[in-house]
Amino acid sequence: MIRYLHQLGSAPRFYSFSTSLLPWLSAACIVLLLAGLYGGLVMAPTDYQQGDSYRIIYIHVPSAWMSLFIYMVMAAAGVVGLVWHIKLAEIISISSAPIGAAFAFLALVTGSLWGKPMWGAWWVWDARLTSELLLLFLYLGVIALYGAIEDKRNASRAAAILALVGVVNIPIIHYSVEWWNTLHQGPTVTKFDAPSIHVSMLVPLLLMALAFKLYYAIAVLLRARCELLVRERNSAWAAELVTERVKGKS
Amino acid sequence: MTLSEFFHMGGYAFYVWTAYGITLVVLLINILLPMQQHHKQLNRIARRVRRQRRNL
Repeated sequence: MIRYLHQLGSAPRFYSFSTSLLPWLSAACIVLLLAGLYGGLVMAPTDYQQGDSYRIIYIHVPSAWMSLFIYMVMAAAGVVGLVWHIKLAEIISISSAPIGAAFAFLALVTGSLWGKPMWGAWWVWDARLTSELLLLFLYLGVIALYGAIEDKRNASRAAAILALVGVVNIPIIHYSVEWWNTLHQGPTVTKFDAPSIHVSMLVPLLLMALAFKLYYAIAVLLRARCELLVRERNSAWAAELVTERVKGKS
Repeated sequence: MTLSEFFHMGGYAFYVWTAYGITLVVLLINILLPMQQHHKQLNRIARRVRRQRRNL
């Protein structure tokens, strides 16, 4: 097992492994996405309070979950890179940042488009919204810091430390709706007792959440593969890779 | 439910479809951009390899 992981950690192994994994992940992601969209937009009944505007939940909540999940992955991979100097962990960490930023952005924008008809305002300085905005800025900070340092090993280390400091924001976002009783509604799914959402609405939400997880796996592998190729552009395996590619074409 | 009712979204069509549209665009960009960069990087390496072979 350890040996297997070690082999996977080597650059050419990871490259070919991710390349072979991508079509399967994409197929599974598309199936889940279509099922979730059909369930959420067509099958699920109209909400008795919010009408059909609530259907934004099927992208808003999975995006918000992913923005938190990806931050934790980014910070954890960053720590692994800091402590054990594993190049692949550094690459996974920094490749996660733009995807996490995209999900934080989507959580804010879809939330805004839901807030306008329901609350009457595009934006309020509510605790949940403000802490999510801070999360977006943390992502952008990590990306900017990484880009500003020429040596990519040093850049990874600096970005990982910033990501680690920002972890303090994660529980704040999660508990914000309980600590500060402002406009954003409380959790409907992750309550410890039974979730306060009907099963015909819950199933599509979970399908979408799963589809978004797979999407992240695809997007992070695509970015990691690319970053790996940039860092190892002068290696023997990269040269071999392009030679084989040319042969395959002719 | 008819098709026009589906697109009408109970009067919230603008909010619902804008949210879904923006999500689609952002998610697609995050797939297409790395794919394009990957392609460019492979070509860059291929050029270097060819150059080195010629100089041998």
